[in-house]
Amino acid sequence: MTAPAGWQRWLAIVLGLAALVGPLVAPSDYWIGVMARICLYATLALGLNIVVGFAGLLDLGYVAFFGIGSYLYAFLASPHFGLHLPFFVAVPVIVVLTAFSGILIGAPTLRLRGDYLAIVTLGFGEITYLLLINLDRPINITGGPSGIIRIDPPALAGFVLTRNLEYHYLFLAALALTLVASARLRNSRIGWAWQAIREDELAARAMGINTTVAKLQAFAIGASFAGIGGSFLASWQHSVFPDNFLFTESINILAMVILGGMGNLLGVVLGATLLVALPEVFRDFQVYRLLVFGLMLMVLMVFRPQGLLAGEGRREEEPEPTPLVESEAGPGAPAGSG
Amino acid sequence: MDVLQILPQQLVFGLALGTVYGLIALGYTMVYGILFMINFAHGEIFMIGAYVGWWVLTALLNAKLTGLHPVWVVPVMLVPAMLFAGLLGVCLERFAYRPLYLRGATRLGPLISAIGASIFLQNAVMLTQGARMKVYMTSLLFPRTWRVQVAGASVSALVLVMIGVAGLMMWGLHLLVQRTTLGRSIRAVAEDREMAAIMGVNVRRVIAVTFFLGSALGGAGGVLVGLYYTQIDFFMGYSAGLKAFTAAVLGGIGNIRGAMLGGLILGLVESLAVTFMNPAYKDVVAFAVLILTLVFKPTGLLGETVAEGEKV
Repeated sequence: MTAPAGWQRWLAIVLGLAALVGPLVAPSDYWIGVMARICLYATLALGLNIVVGFAGLLDLGYVAFFGIGSYLYAFLASPHFGLHLPFFVAVPVIVVLTAFSGILIGAPTLRLRGDYLAIVTLGFGEITYLLLINLDRPINITGGPSGIIRIDPPALAGFVLTRNLEYHYLFLAALALTLVASARLRNSRIGWAWQAIREDELAARAMGINTTVAKLQAFAIGASFAGIGGSFLASWQHSVFPDNFLFTESINILAMVILGGMGNLLGVVLGATLLVALPEVFRDFQVYRLLVFGLMLMVLMVFRPQGLLAGEGRREEEPEPTPLVESEAGPGAPAGSG
Repeated sequence: MDVLQILPQQLVFGLALGTVYGLIALGYTMVYGILFMINFAHGEIFMIGAYVGWWVLTALLNAKLTGLHPVWVVPVMLVPAMLFAGLLGVCLERFAYRPLYLRGATRLGPLISAIGASIFLQNAVMLTQGARMKVYMTSLLFPRTWRVQVAGASVSALVLVMIGVAGLMMWGLHLLVQRTTLGRSIRAVAEDREMAAIMGVNVRRVIAVTFFLGSALGGAGGVLVGLYYTQIDFFMGYSAGLKAFTAAVLGGIGNIRGAMLGGLILGLVESLAVTFMNPAYKDVVAFAVLILTLVFKPTGLLGETVAEGEKV
């Protein structure tokens, strides 16, 4: 991974320091909670960035994986089914299961392009929500509209997480992990295959890329990030409700990815930071909060159509097709340079 | 109750719902046809059309005019709603989308701008009109006794008016697009924007007109849905927009006849799902039909495959 240049590096350092030190100097527990949520959403946005930013597959139903992850954690660690798996056992299981759900949902979309893909993923998102809200009858699986409560908090060797501060550092650790994973994936054979598909699917196939496998990999890995985020959300709020996973949430996460600058990891994190923090900053204006939020989305896109940080976007990559050629040259391609 | 007895009734509901879905879907499909962009704020334009219609109807009722008859009241509601919705669509295009596509942004930029516009319009309506729902006094306009019996179904005059108005508008749009010079330039811009410009078509004007037409049809859909469901609120554009967008894709987005067909199929599928299954799952069935259709026909029922490669 090449380090971001110039001021972007400084921005990364500032964001990183703020995430590390911020909670210790935050004026109230409330703001620590906001920071924890930023980390949680940045993890989700990085997952969606793999599908949308790297592979160029417009997914409007990403919240489905977030919901599946949350409910799986609720199933595995709550009195609902009487299962109480330890947090650090449940999360890897959920990551595998959500990745599998990504493949299941991704498979029927393989032939679709552009907006047809978008509407099908949107449909899956809506179906997931409707199933969550309705599967309390005839057998109670999801708890229906009242959700599942009394979910176990994360615990490690007898130490149980209770404070927002502790959750913040847990979420930050997960964010760091997904950041490193994203950066390494981007410069791997898989990542190059995704970028090739994003730029020109036909050409990618002609270059010998198995687009079916590459797309399913994108869906699976993107979904697994949402599995992490989902289980964290469930364990943090000790409850899950279908209304946590509305279509608007998919749109919110997508806005983070695009606003920050698709494909640019720092941009995605910045987008998540802004979109979680801004509504909080405008909280004083109460009723005008969402009005201003909508207006700002419009204004920002009109003035920065490529996103806030577009350094690694497709524009710069277009005149530089060499990585694709190298990645097809053989396993000796510089995959390890991440 | 015997399922077969209520089936004709449900089919009529489905038909009425389907024509309105089709009407709203036209807005998505026309804009997509020329800009390859999902106008996410279209559902909100539909909602605002419903509010304008409500406002006119309430004003007429408050004026205590005698001889309120749907023959002239419905057009009096429709015209301002369509004009307002159409102008709103043109404004959105001018300020939220044009700056983006003129600079050749990726296709996702306008999408986010549209999402912002959607959130903005929703909240603007909520703040100015209040969060509580408004009630269309439909029963004062269409007495409940106005019904006809068709093949075992009791069809209210309102449903006939809905189907008639929506059908008439679709037919009008079809004639406009297929038979007039304006329609020819719309098709030319949809086919190849640059080439159309070279041939002397004023592309910006055509795009603005397309937004006006699509949004006006959405506004008319808002009035019809308001009359039918009698309750409107600032959030109604969300689910209706979603359904109409689904209908547009089902029929093949960018294809005008496809939008009408998709709307009809979606409306009928929903009414059948309500008849034969748990009504809670009607949207699941609707989306499942969409997904299955696209799996076997990846560009929708009447979709074309031309220029697919260029758009991605």
